[in-house]
Amino acid sequence: MAIPDNVETTFLLGRLNWDAIPREPIVLATFAVVLLGGLAMLALLTHYRLWGWLWREWFTSVDHKKIGIMYMVLGLVMFVRGFADAIMMRLQQVMAFNGSEGYLNAHHYDQIFTAHGVIMIFFVAMPFVTGLMNYIVPLQIGARDVSFPFLNNFSFWMTTGGAVIVMASLFLGEFAQTGWLAFPPLSGLSYSPWVGVDYYIWGLQVAGVGTTLSGINLLVTILKMRAPGMTMMRMPVFTWTSFCTNILIVASFPVLTATLVLLTLDRYLGTNFFTNDLGGNPMMYINLIWIWGHPEVYILILPLFGVYSEVTSTFSGKKLFGYTSMVYATICITILSYLVWLHHFFTMGSGASVNSFFGITTMIISIPTGAKLFNWLFTMYQGRLRFELPMMWTIAFMLTFVIGGMTGVLLAVPPADFVLHNSLFLVAHFHNVIIGGVLFGLFAAINFWWPKAFGYTLDVFWGKVSFWFWVVGFWVAFMPLYVLGLMGVTRRMRVFDDPGLQIWFAIAGFGAVLIALGIAAMFVQFGVSIMRRDQNRDLTGDPWDARSLEWATSSPPAPYNFAFTPVIHGLDAWAEMKAQNATRPDAPYLPIHMPKGTGAGVILAALSTICGLALVWYIWWLAALSFAALVVAAIAHTFNYDRDYHIPADNIRRTEDERARLLAQGV
Amino acid sequence: MTISMKVFRYAIPVPVIAALSGCEAVVLSPAGDIAERQKDLLLAATGLMLIIIIPVMALVVFFAWKYRADRKATYQPEWAHSTKIELVIWAAPLMIIICLGALTWVGTHLLDPYRPLDRISKTAEIPPDHQPLEVQVVALDWKWLFIYPEQGVAAINELAIPANREVEFRLTSSSVMNAFYIPAMAGMIYAMPGMETKLHGVFNNPGSYQGLASHYSGWGFSGMRFKAHAVVEAGFQDWVAEVRAKGGDLTREEYLKLEVPSQNESPRTYASVDPELFNRAVNLCVEPGKMCMAEMMAIDDKGGLGLEGSINIQSLTHDKHARRGNAEPVLGVTPFAVSSICTPGDIALMLTDTDEKPERRSNPERMHGHALPVPTGVFGRMSSPAIRDASRSALPEPKL
Amino acid sequence: MSTTYWETEPHHHEDGASTNIGFWVYLMSDCLMFAVLFATFGVLHGSYAAGPGPQDLFDLRLVAVNTAMLLLSSITYGFAMLAMAQGNKSATLRWLGITLIFGLCFLGIELYEFNHMIHEGAGPQRSAFLSAFFTLVGTHGLHVTFGSLWLVVLMVQVAQRGLIPENQRRLLCLSLFWHFLDVIWIGVFTLVYLLGVI
Repeated sequence: MAIPDNVETTFLLGRLNWDAIPREPIVLATFAVVLLGGLAMLALLTHYRLWGWLWREWFTSVDHKKIGIMYMVLGLVMFVRGFADAIMMRLQQVMAFNGSEGYLNAHHYDQIFTAHGVIMIFFVAMPFVTGLMNYIVPLQIGARDVSFPFLNNFSFWMTTGGAVIVMASLFLGEFAQTGWLAFPPLSGLSYSPWVGVDYYIWGLQVAGVGTTLSGINLLVTILKMRAPGMTMMRMPVFTWTSFCTNILIVASFPVLTATLVLLTLDRYLGTNFFTNDLGGNPMMYINLIWIWGHPEVYILILPLFGVYSEVTSTFSGKKLFGYTSMVYATICITILSYLVWLHHFFTMGSGASVNSFFGITTMIISIPTGAKLFNWLFTMYQGRLRFELPMMWTIAFMLTFVIGGMTGVLLAVPPADFVLHNSLFLVAHFHNVIIGGVLFGLFAAINFWWPKAFGYTLDVFWGKVSFWFWVVGFWVAFMPLYVLGLMGVTRRMRVFDDPGLQIWFAIAGFGAVLIALGIAAMFVQFGVSIMRRDQNRDLTGDPWDARSLEWATSSPPAPYNFAFTPVIHGLDAWAEMKAQNATRPDAPYLPIHMPKGTGAGVILAALSTICGLALVWYIWWLAALSFAALVVAAIAHTFNYDRDYHIPADNIRRTEDERARLLAQGV
Repeated sequence: MTISMKVFRYAIPVPVIAALSGCEAVVLSPAGDIAERQKDLLLAATGLMLIIIIPVMALVVFFAWKYRADRKATYQPEWAHSTKIELVIWAAPLMIIICLGALTWVGTHLLDPYRPLDRISKTAEIPPDHQPLEVQVVALDWKWLFIYPEQGVAAINELAIPANREVEFRLTSSSVMNAFYIPAMAGMIYAMPGMETKLHGVFNNPGSYQGLASHYSGWGFSGMRFKAHAVVEAGFQDWVAEVRAKGGDLTREEYLKLEVPSQNESPRTYASVDPELFNRAVNLCVEPGKMCMAEMMAIDDKGGLGLEGSINIQSLTHDKHARRGNAEPVLGVTPFAVSSICTPGDIALMLTDTDEKPERRSNPERMHGHALPVPTGVFGRMSSPAIRDASRSALPEPKL
Repeated sequence: MSTTYWETEPHHHEDGASTNIGFWVYLMSDCLMFAVLFATFGVLHGSYAAGPGPQDLFDLRLVAVNTAMLLLSSITYGFAMLAMAQGNKSATLRWLGITLIFGLCFLGIELYEFNHMIHEGAGPQRSAFLSAFFTLVGTHGLHVTFGSLWLVVLMVQVAQRGLIPENQRRLLCLSLFWHFLDVIWIGVFTLVYLLGVI
């Protein structure tokens, strides 16, 4: 489809007209499938009268556990979209040889690789990580909820709103064709005149508000809501890594917001921040975006380092080796992650001294990272290893991640980077660390904490099937990219002229198919587990003989998490309670003070999303109206002083007695 | 069969595949000295890291096997600290990184793309009367323009270079960011609009090599490829003569036509080139009447043109400003450019005056810092007399 | 059993302690956003694109009056907080009202300055310097606008419900916000206006 050369704007619909609907068969087919699936879903929800339940129990809930689960669902849905993009790219690159143009034109292909990056980072990895922290952290520190429960709900819906904006681009107009960081001048109005980059900007801005607020929320939660006795150095490692992650979020997302604002002004007002002419400086954008972008990488990986720590010590039946050095390693990584951004563009021509400085700081990060790996290793040493699914993922991570780490350090050597920058070697490297580190960790976490969230364990057989397809598929898909990188093949290419490369792309494509099977097996695992939930029921609340506080309560935990606030005396609080046979007290239950659910978050986020979409399409009246409504709704929300309630002691007694009965039954 | 062993079995093919492909991977078997040294550094760094990676991977597998629950090996649930082990696990990576850091520092300075070559190849020194060949490179949408100022010729999507002669590339771009990369010759460097970057390289083996754009720049990016022909000196002269015979004149008007986006251009050449063209392209003032960046910066250094400067503008008519449509910022003003206020003579002077002072070629025999004195004391005495004498005779007095 | 592992007494979290620190963290993130804008201005402050520079555009007397408005508003906000501490609702409202007037004066003067510059042909499109100037100063102005709106809302809420703990907490947050904008303005005044003209 050709981009409209000169789009007339109308008052009512702005830039929006019939030409905005893509005519490509692939997109139309996708549209039809999504539409039918969506309608079927709506019909089912209506048929079973689930709307009220969804709205009351989930959408408007401020319970951190439900919000955490909703984040995970969002991540999973977007993961399917992001992976579909990946498969399409692989197929295109296998086909586009010997004079063939492949099956995707440039306009379509360029959107796909941009969307793949944006979606995987912002709408898959981020929701997964945020959801995980949301669910686990309050439980691990013995809190009843996060510090600002309403804000938590609002953050989730803003993230979802961003995802909606990005998804809308699939069926209405186009997405950016700039690569996932939208470097100007290419992302400027002169070179990307239509709606693609605007979708990118507003999608990220809306989601970015959610991420920043959720970062503030979790940071304060960890600072202020810890159970009595839990000093900083008694926090579980996952909480520690979440703490550092949220510091990174708070200290880096504003940079992204500001940078995107400048790009927005360039595109909407014609300012000259990143233009070629009139004093603008595109290099500034690249610096700014990577000042956010590099910490972002650690925002993704640090919580998973925490997961691996929890999993390793649990399934080794041992205390974590070197807790203190683990904590300091995390802090080191947090700080150092701000001192390395320039390694993303050594080839811009900074002097040799600047390049070596940033190269060496990058290498220094591998020291605390290496220390962490050794710590997991020595946690396994003289342990009793149980190879349940989370532990399998952890071992796979260790063996995969070291290779990704090694190629990362290679790329940090500037002269080596000069030959490998922007190549498929780089692509292989960051998939090696993001899949091998972040995704494997997420799968470990899902298998590990699923019984906590739902009260039954996940099916092991399908879990193993998924595991092997994923791990093997990963290596088959990305090893060829390392090789292609060494053959001087650049990323984001659509068509190739050297037929010798095709075999490597074919192998990579085959690997992607294996990964697809791994994903399918994962969904089967979820389905099978849900169907057989009664066989796999866990009544103890602690199926893995684990060590931290979240396992001290029932599975799934009651809305108030803990009927009595736990008191902490050392590391591994729950392991200690078990060792001391600390029984739950007989004291009378007291009413518990809890926040009320509210629909304000959904409404505010929906208005923001509408405003974003209106701005993308230049529908000014709608943008103004939705913005005004946003302000009014926000003010109206502040007039609601009635935000909490008490769970009566009777209800708590009933819940806890029921649990005691089940526990007795299980034993 | 242990699970971890299975994992390991699939991890094995990594180095195997890499080794199998070594023979055809151009980055690992380049044709120019700079790329060769970049490859050496790559391999050295890999080797250094494998010192630690291999034992770690082996230990993961070994521990996973040894401490399986059903093997009932030693079990110490409370053991969680050992100062000795902690020291080793922090110190060992640190040592590796110190070595790697030193390698990086030296390598980055030696292989800095801005640095003139210090040798032609492993065996050939730079001849005393050596003059590098200058090639000016402009990344256009979506083709490469190569200008040979010495020879006064230009080529699109075709590069001919005499082998074993240093080439100094001066790069810029007419529209968006790009990167210039000939994997067989040397690493890549960005070509950016309104800016000039530099790359020094040399081909040692004659032949035809792939050159490409290695930074995504829009629709036609995939087709933005060219062949770099490394030929013997005589062959290069023949090529130049041939180009001159074929005719074609790359004037400013012709360049503005070239700037219009096009894809998959086949190679073609120009027998003559406007000598100001490259500098005008860098200064974004090929269009008539538009103020050059150099002029603008000189004016800005003096504090701008005052309030009168706010009306010193002309509207942009050239297609380049909106290469994919005529978009205007919806809430802003119509795009404009600043009009030049210099006379053509002044501009000519300004553009020809950009010649930098000849760069000082560092002593190719060995690297030393000019500001550092010869080591004395214990280390000075310990060094061999030959080196000491050489240092004394060769090192110039530090000048500040 | 000597050690207790569960707290059976009601555990009381201090109300609003989290809000205070949470708002501080938010202010720090906002501060980072301004840091980016300051850095951008720092990079682009000399790129006039052969157009007008600060010497041609800024009127220090006007900026001095403007600065005085904002500083005075901070002082009067301080008085409002003192009145709040004494539990004096009407005095609190009165001081908040005065703060609002100073805030609006500040905005009015800023808008006058912007309007004037744009009419001289020195709008944000003219050069990178002007883009950075309008964005940095304008973002601060937007914050003040938002703060003023918040101030009005809080005045209504205090008038309706009095100085209840929730309202006190909100007044405290706005106070932090208002003083924070003052600090940012000191930076703007120094780096943009003074250094530009000197």
